Amino acid sequence: MTVVDDRPATEVGSPRRRKEDARLIVGRTRWTDNLTLPGMLHLAMVRSPYAHARITSVDADAARQAPNVVAVLTGEDVKDIQGGLPCAWPITPDQKAPTHPSIAVDRVAFAGEIVAVVIARSPGEARDAAELVDVEYDELPAALELKAAAADQTLAHPDLGTNTSAVWTFDSGAAGTGGDVEAAISAARDGGIVIEREYRQQRLIPAFMEPRSFVCDPTGEQLTIWSSTQVPHFVRIFTAAVLGIPESKIRVIAPDVGGGFGGKLQFTPEEVITVLAARHTGKPCKYTETRSESLVSAHHGRDQWQKLTLAATADGHVTGLKVELLADMGAYLGLVTPGVPILGAFMFNAIYTFPAYHFTCRNVFTNKTWTDAYRGAGRPEATYAIERLMDELAVEVGVDPLEIRERNWIRHEQFPFTSVCGLEYDSGNYEAATARAKELFGYDDLRAEQARRRDAGDPVQLGIGVSTFTEMCGLAPSRVLGSLSYAAGGWEAASVRMLPTGKVEVVTGTSPHGQGHETAWSQIVADRLGVPFEDVEVLHGDTQVAHKGLDTYGSRSLVVGAEAVIRAADKVIEKARVVAAHLLEASVEDIDFANGSFTVRGTDSAKAMAEVVWAAFSAHNLPDGFEPNLDSEATFDPVSFSFPHGTHLCAMEVDTETGQTTMRKYVAVDDIGTIVNPLIVHGQVHGGIVQGVAQALWEEAVYDDAGTLVSGSLVDYTIPSSADTISLTVDQTTSPSTTNTLGTKGVGEAGAIASTPAVVNAIVDAVRHLGVNDIRMPCTPERVWTAIRGASGSGGQSTAAAASHLGAGVPNHDPDSGAATQGGAQ
Amino acid sequence: MTRITVTVDGTRYTDDVEPRTLLVQYLRDRLGKVGTVVGCDTGNCGACTVHLDGRSVKSCQLLAVQTDGHEVTTIEGLANGATLHPMQEAFRDCHALQCGFCTPGMIMQAVDLVTENPHPTEAEVREGLEGNLCRCTGYHNIVKAVQQGAGAMSGGQS
Repeated sequence: MTVVDDRPATEVGSPRRRKEDARLIVGRTRWTDNLTLPGMLHLAMVRSPYAHARITSVDADAARQAPNVVAVLTGEDVKDIQGGLPCAWPITPDQKAPTHPSIAVDRVAFAGEIVAVVIARSPGEARDAAELVDVEYDELPAALELKAAAADQTLAHPDLGTNTSAVWTFDSGAAGTGGDVEAAISAARDGGIVIEREYRQQRLIPAFMEPRSFVCDPTGEQLTIWSSTQVPHFVRIFTAAVLGIPESKIRVIAPDVGGGFGGKLQFTPEEVITVLAARHTGKPCKYTETRSESLVSAHHGRDQWQKLTLAATADGHVTGLKVELLADMGAYLGLVTPGVPILGAFMFNAIYTFPAYHFTCRNVFTNKTWTDAYRGAGRPEATYAIERLMDELAVEVGVDPLEIRERNWIRHEQFPFTSVCGLEYDSGNYEAATARAKELFGYDDLRAEQARRRDAGDPVQLGIGVSTFTEMCGLAPSRVLGSLSYAAGGWEAASVRMLPTGKVEVVTGTSPHGQGHETAWSQIVADRLGVPFEDVEVLHGDTQVAHKGLDTYGSRSLVVGAEAVIRAADKVIEKARVVAAHLLEASVEDIDFANGSFTVRGTDSAKAMAEVVWAAFSAHNLPDGFEPNLDSEATFDPVSFSFPHGTHLCAMEVDTETGQTTMRKYVAVDDIGTIVNPLIVHGQVHGGIVQGVAQALWEEAVYDDAGTLVSGSLVDYTIPSSADTISLTVDQTTSPSTTNTLGTKGVGEAGAIASTPAVVNAIVDAVRHLGVNDIRMPCTPERVWTAIRGASGSGGQSTAAAASHLGAGVPNHDPDSGAATQGGAQ
Repeated sequence: MTRITVTVDGTRYTDDVEPRTLLVQYLRDRLGKVGTVVGCDTGNCGACTVHLDGRSVKSCQLLAVQTDGHEVTTIEGLANGATLHPMQEAFRDCHALQCGFCTPGMIMQAVDLVTENPHPTEAEVREGLEGNLCRCTGYHNIVKAVQQGAGAMSGGQS
């Protein structure tokens, strides 16, 4: 019999099919909403229809009398025990924030805020009874539009006296990391180029596919909480802190979690209320939100105005960049709400060698759903701004947009490179990624076709969009987080347990919800320990199993979390080496370990890992004083961020008669360092790209004048379908990171960060010859059509409002052609 | 309460249900068929897609009482014992799922699509899956998987 070993030479780099899928494709799943416990009760929320109102009375008598209703809790009932929801990132010492109750007590600050909860024997009965809760409101003026709110025209929280939560500034001159931006701008006004623009980052909704669900079982010694969360460890800590329950009495489990994209990086009112209900009734309680509730009450993302000034020499070398942001917090500060724009603060300079940089962000309250992390969190906003500006600079200089980037980017031989923000980029090769992308795209041919169609006056014009992005990933070095006043660290923990039968358990503090850690971590450990891929079991998402961890977000899991796994595995090897030396009657220094086997250097003597593991388990014959245990733990705190980058090229066709846009081709070449599993990497890039494209073309959370979210269902919040999208061309170049063992950089957010400006640049490129230089996102056919009509002066409504900070006579700014179009409500 | 008898994944069930009970609620809450999930409340996302007498339906858009006397197949009844349906195999092989929440509905819709059109073009696959939303994959690998699964399904029949 011939035994065929079809295992790859190394697991790392192999397109292993995912372990996770075996269950998921047959419906053998553990979503939180699947759970049923004996005597379980179900919750329904009563939510405010008003954006801002005083609660004058809550009459729950009829609801309490409804069939099978066990209890109704109002803000008044829980005001002394519910605490306030936490914000973990006070960005300035004087940051202002309102108390954030889980159930509003006397005032609601956004439409969708919870004012009461009904607890009943079935979800249907709970919902029926919720309809019977009679809440009287005294409506108050609502702060809705971001710029008006920034001017304090109406106060979202009158007691604060202002809508400004905090103002945060970084200045390269003051920090000593670069020059003075005002001097650069002044110099550029005299013979150079100054580009001034204002861009809108519309409000988005993460819209993970699994609506959030929470179960709390109070019947054991520990309170057990199941949560569809990205951050079970955070939920445990904050449940303890907010409700005053000893942390040791709380167990949090994130079972199968159906996507997050930052939207489940939160500690929510619904979590607190489920715990309160379970403790009140003494029974297991479950709350599963409807999609409509999810869209209005799970946090939103983006929502900024970006005022930008770029200074350059006449030949297009950038001399300075000034960024002034208004960021909409919504009604409250969530877990990392105020820090989201700050995560972008160091990325506006992107891949470029800008010598001077200034960033200011004003965080503003409005009476809308609060914002927080959404895929990329601050970095997509920054990347959009700079990549749009670089295209504008290319137009001013009269060169190809790739040429203007090359004039300004960090050349590969300049790495490691310290940016104008003081961050050290360890590795990268923008030339290589760009060359590969151009080749795959057929760049020169498409440019030639574009010229032909322009010359022929084709009603359907072709545009080419460029986005050469980088991002800071691997969140994060704890000391850096401390310097930014973030409450927690950025390390990650892991343990590796050697079972007597040779199987391996890996416990990780990361909390995957679609990223495939079970597969990727298995590949890494299989290589490290020389055991079969199938023999590695990855455990996560239960604080009683993975007691220590900081969870999954910010493209951190592989770069930080898997590094902890590697270090724990290496500790296992070092312990096992001592046992192997003893069994082989050699000195520890003479023992080599490779491919799962310990050998005595220069001899044929060997012991397999499995033999050593058994020896440690039986403990019959171990070195004197050796603790019979090979299991090991490690906690890894990164010393720096990682900096994936890539070149994305997009071809869009724009029907100039209807405004309809069609994606023709999309090429992404990313450098994410060493690749563990190319199948998973491609999947992450595909999904990220489409989420970024969706911002460019389709998605916007829209509020009406009363502060009601009108895009409050999947009918109106238009996430893309298969029919809206195309197949993508995805490839990688590799310059390994120098700051971790494998050389990985992270890939979870790359696509979403890169693709938005690539698409908008392509659309603008298609119609720039018609006088258009900006179109507000999402670039719907109506907005594209209006921009074309406005620019050509033959109708449509263009306005200078989006460029209101720009004075007449400022160089390079023509108010007529520079105006963005004003689309629907915000 | 209304009495219904319905065959789900090959097993015959008789139950008294509230007339307002949705098929998906009946499947999940009464039968424990939690492989079929609810992703929205407007019939847009398709996560709850099952087969009714062999054709795909969104189980949040039907009342349980409408299935009285009919046959329902869910994702849990698609495989033949330990042998995966070719479409399930294709989804795994093409990495057509990440979080997996849309996957049951997506696979059930894909099977229906290929049953109707054994050799769909990419455009036909994209049109045919329009009623099933995925937030993770960008659809690229789902489309590949459906075409691969279609090939395997027709191969298996010849």
